[in-house]
Amino acid sequence: MGWVGATAEWFGDPANWQGRRGVPALFVEHMGLTVASLGLACLVALPLAVWLGHIGKGGVLAVQIGNIGRAVPTLAILVILVLAPRPPFGLSVTSALVAFTLFAIPPIITNTYVGMREVDRGAVEAAQGMGMTAWQVLTRVELPLATPLLMTGVRLAAVQLVATVAIAAIAAFGGLGRIVTSGYANRDVGELVAGAIIIAVFALVIEVLMAVLTDRVDPAKRAVRRARARTRQAVAAGSGPTPAGAVTRS
Amino acid sequence: MSVLVTGAVHASSVADNCLVRNDWICPEYVRTRADVLLAGTQEHLYITGVALLLGLAIAVPMAVLARQIRRIRPLTIGVSTVLYTIPSLAMFSLLLPFTGLSAATVITGLVLYSLTILVRNILAGLDAVDDDVRDAALGMGYGRWRLLWKVEVPLALPASFAGLRVAAVSTVALTTVGTIVGYGGLGDLITRGLSSTFRAEVFTASLLCVVLAVAADLLLLAAQKAATPWQRGRAG
Repeated sequence: MGWVGATAEWFGDPANWQGRRGVPALFVEHMGLTVASLGLACLVALPLAVWLGHIGKGGVLAVQIGNIGRAVPTLAILVILVLAPRPPFGLSVTSALVAFTLFAIPPIITNTYVGMREVDRGAVEAAQGMGMTAWQVLTRVELPLATPLLMTGVRLAAVQLVATVAIAAIAAFGGLGRIVTSGYANRDVGELVAGAIIIAVFALVIEVLMAVLTDRVDPAKRAVRRARARTRQAVAAGSGPTPAGAVTRS
Repeated sequence: MSVLVTGAVHASSVADNCLVRNDWICPEYVRTRADVLLAGTQEHLYITGVALLLGLAIAVPMAVLARQIRRIRPLTIGVSTVLYTIPSLAMFSLLLPFTGLSAATVITGLVLYSLTILVRNILAGLDAVDDDVRDAALGMGYGRWRLLWKVEVPLALPASFAGLRVAAVSTVALTTVGTIVGYGGLGDLITRGLSSTFRAEVFTASLLCVVLAVAADLLLLAAQKAATPWQRGRAG
């Protein structure tokens, strides 16, 4: 069990927490690459998937792109970009961003498309019947109802990005994966386990934060929360309906 | 390819082929290093296959158990979500103190990932069985296990196979990350090609990974069609 002590020792060593190769610097690098690629992927994938879902075309493509994304190893794309002949590729930030963005796009497209298609056709037809324009149907009916799945796609992409940026350290890119690869290179179990713990916790925190964010931006849930708040206020003011469960005990 | 220039020790005396030019696509590489490619593919298939079989062997009883005993269900889903969230590089490294630099480290990590996908899909398949169908079987005098085996499991097959295909394709791709402990199958060729800037090695190994993933997917699709004859003629 020498690795437990070695790991604790690594965490306790102040040298690992400062400088260019310290945990804070690597974390900022990891986070920066994750956020930048997630933003780029959303910029490309969200409008495309929302549009395809709205017009109801390209379903095969939207679903197949998810399968392709799974089948191509991230490591392969990263290494191919590193060995690509000339700038902007090679071991550069551009290569990293291109590879990460490519891998974040499939889950966003697939989930957003499915979310748009699973919107109740009755609701869409009712909105059209009310005289809403195509744009109004899209922004007031389809998008709000597709939000939970859309956000699921973004959450999956975010968690996957944290993992992909970690793998990128094998191909000599930066980020927290560096701690792990350096641990293997130095045959230092404490270092590589410490790096693994940091990456795992990072991914779990992102997962939880994205789940909370999904809950917050879901228009249906927000409407329910607002209605509850109004009822509470009304009850506190002594007017309005008695909320369910507030029946006086006999 | 024959070398025509003889004698002079000069750049022109080096054969001009795709290996020398360091091309991405190089039949010469595939021909001369067939043994290396074959060994890498074999290791890749071995790791992927063992991981999927073990994952399936654990996932089926786990899903059935989680259905029969309602209380362990949230626990199963919760644990699998946490496991699936852990990035592969971290997963293999966290297993290293227990299984060392071995194929077992990679296989264990991949089993944990495939388990997650499989349990969820099998559970979803079992959940989707129509209550009327269940009632009809119970009315016909089916016991709990006969109901499970003769009615629920067959009806859950399409969803289970969908999960198995996703698990297979992602396991083939994730095996490459096993190169961090020296057991990544074709992933080892990719990283070796990186350190020696050998493009043909990187490209051929990468292409083989994708081919293996697609082949696994098609194979399982064929198996699904054979196992669910009543679904023939339907999409998906």
